[in-house]
Amino acid sequence: MNLLSMGDLDREAIERITDHAARFAEVSDREIKKVPTLRGRMVLNLFYEASTRTRGSFELAAKRLSADVVNFSADGSSVSKGESLKDTVLTLGAHKPDAIVVRAPWAGAAELVSRWTDAAVINAGDGKHEHPTQALLDVYTLKQRVGKLDGLSIWIVGDVAHSRVARSNIVAFGRMGAHVTVCGPPTLIPRGIETLGCDVRYTLDELPGADVVYALRMQHERMAQAPVPSLREYAACYQINERRLSARQMLMHPGPVNRGVELSGGIVDSPQALITAQVQAGVVVRMAVLYTVLSGARTQAPLPEPQLA
Amino acid sequence: MGAAPLLSRSSPRADILFRDVHVLDPRSGLDGRHDVLVRAGEIAEIGAPGTLDGQGAESLDGQGRHHLLPAFFDCHVHLRTPGQEHKEDLETGTRAAAAGGFGAVIAMPNTDPVIDSAALLGSVREAAAREARVPVGFLPAITVGSAGIQLTEMAEMRDGGALGFTDDGRPVSDAGMMRRALSYQRLCGGVLALHEEDVTLAGDGVMHEGAVSAALGLAGIPSVSESVMVARDAALAAYEGGRVHFQHLSVRESVEAVAAAKAQGVAVSAEVTPHHLLLTDEQVRGLDSSTKVNPPLAAEEDRTALVDGLRSGVIDCVATDHAPHAREEKEVPFEQAPMGTTGLETAFAALYTELVLTGVIGLGLLVERMTAGAALFELPVHRVAVGQPANLTLVDLDAQWTAGEHGWESRAANSAFAGRRMHSRVLYTVAAGGVAYRERNFSLVAV
Repeated sequence: MNLLSMGDLDREAIERITDHAARFAEVSDREIKKVPTLRGRMVLNLFYEASTRTRGSFELAAKRLSADVVNFSADGSSVSKGESLKDTVLTLGAHKPDAIVVRAPWAGAAELVSRWTDAAVINAGDGKHEHPTQALLDVYTLKQRVGKLDGLSIWIVGDVAHSRVARSNIVAFGRMGAHVTVCGPPTLIPRGIETLGCDVRYTLDELPGADVVYALRMQHERMAQAPVPSLREYAACYQINERRLSARQMLMHPGPVNRGVELSGGIVDSPQALITAQVQAGVVVRMAVLYTVLSGARTQAPLPEPQLA
Repeated sequence: MGAAPLLSRSSPRADILFRDVHVLDPRSGLDGRHDVLVRAGEIAEIGAPGTLDGQGAESLDGQGRHHLLPAFFDCHVHLRTPGQEHKEDLETGTRAAAAGGFGAVIAMPNTDPVIDSAALLGSVREAAAREARVPVGFLPAITVGSAGIQLTEMAEMRDGGALGFTDDGRPVSDAGMMRRALSYQRLCGGVLALHEEDVTLAGDGVMHEGAVSAALGLAGIPSVSESVMVARDAALAAYEGGRVHFQHLSVRESVEAVAAAKAQGVAVSAEVTPHHLLLTDEQVRGLDSSTKVNPPLAAEEDRTALVDGLRSGVIDCVATDHAPHAREEKEVPFEQAPMGTTGLETAFAALYTELVLTGVIGLGLLVERMTAGAALFELPVHRVAVGQPANLTLVDLDAQWTAGEHGWESRAANSAFAGRRMHSRVLYTVAAGGVAYRERNFSLVAV
């Protein structure tokens, strides 16, 4: 079984994963943070983009499940010698990994990898397309905080055009019963995004109606294309700060945060911010995802239920 | 213009009796069962079924049901010679053309190097005379290296057999340069065939801008990227009294711009590809790189506007924009893949299956639009009539096949139609009086 897109998961499948994550959360609170569930299994992290937190989170998740982890990153490998994605996957496949976690700057990369391997493939971000494990951990974080998402109004604010997090989260929040609004500069809201199931706003005027504000990272490297006149003007129009966020609203962010740009420094540290909880959720949700895809893997016998005792 | 415009390898002048075939040629007013006798590569006689004597000729039995059509003409193919023969060459590309029922094609100059001089044009024409199975004409570049900076020696290339000029693969971005080319056209003649794309609007786009690009997180190419350039160049052609041909229209706004120019009497013509007539950006959802083409597959409303334009005649002809690529070039993530789909071997069958069988257009109109490209480049149009050189294609409209199931005649396999069920199969193609293609199963029973 693969996890390539949020579109592949219905509400029931999402809840199965978050339920597993809740059970694995117990493990993280123990003195010995490890269970033998995936002992002898090999998880390969294939990362074509720099990623400290996602890769680290997957690595930690695999290790807590006692799997062996191999990290393969684009720098200093055969990739820089011109090897194609296909040949890299075929080569690494010779080591018979049980799961391959793929992060790449191209849409559809994880799906392509899945055609060339028998291993379970997990999409850890493909271009600006999807980042399903981020969406799952965000759903999990919110569920832990408020129980269920039905009827919640969630605003996703910022650079939607370049955000794989936005695309996966619009779908995931929608499936869980929330009402999603995306908001940002018109130059960073792609035409047609509403077909994913969200409303579109270009100002924060209606932000007080939101229960959850999910701010996206404003990427400095995108500023070369000048999608907005300046970061100063962006912050003036779209920064989530103490003035704009009321005490009853929750704040989320996929990280890393640009303090003073999309979020004010103070709001990051406020009790409304779930940002640290999201990071903690990252590990347990990825444990649940690894457990889920590997218990359905073609080449493997079904895994036993996780033994937490 | 001195040199012969179309060149192919010499092949024996065919002697063939097509017995009891359904001849369909709107220009000759033929739509019924006939015998057609080809002698020494020329259509010698057309008679009632079972009446002609084919002494000494190869006899092909149409059983009253196979259709004999004028061979198709494709004014837009990429044969990749010189420099990119790992994708296609003159032999494999024209073999694909013949297998698709095409009797002649026009090759684009975006090769490596770009065909932008009389010497290079001469060398590819020599290669065509050695290798091509069906006659090939050439459009060398408008600007040196298709870089948009300096005009090519158009007058000399015109004397050397250029049918016209194009920077296809790229637009002539600079309006002043476009105007200069149109002005110079008064000296050298030849159609200016234009790939219309405003590169500042297209940006780093890899597919049509719309709901699908938004969902996939791919950079989109807006429709206006094409249509503003169509409108600009129609205006320039009007001002200079020039003659331009718009290549591979892909969006509704472009069809409207062409219609407006034609209504004003500007000397413009336009082509559309089978993939733009039949596929939309919905096909890109699976991120299959064979659906990555330029201009990109657009929205359903664009597709229907193109079909309407073809039907009404605002769009003059079908052209495939056959764009072969090597397997390893396309077997990469969508954003990294080169643009283009092959088209020669599926063009007629795909259009027949999805437009004629569904009742959207008639077979006669399809045949007319698949042969009309020749006239746009001042070449004789293929006709089924006594005294004409034999440019014929025999088609079994009832045959069914799956695109790509038996491989391809082309060197490349990057077909946006691969795996689709097709009705109708080309059985036999005669080009410039010589046999260019025999479908292998058919020739076994027919000879």
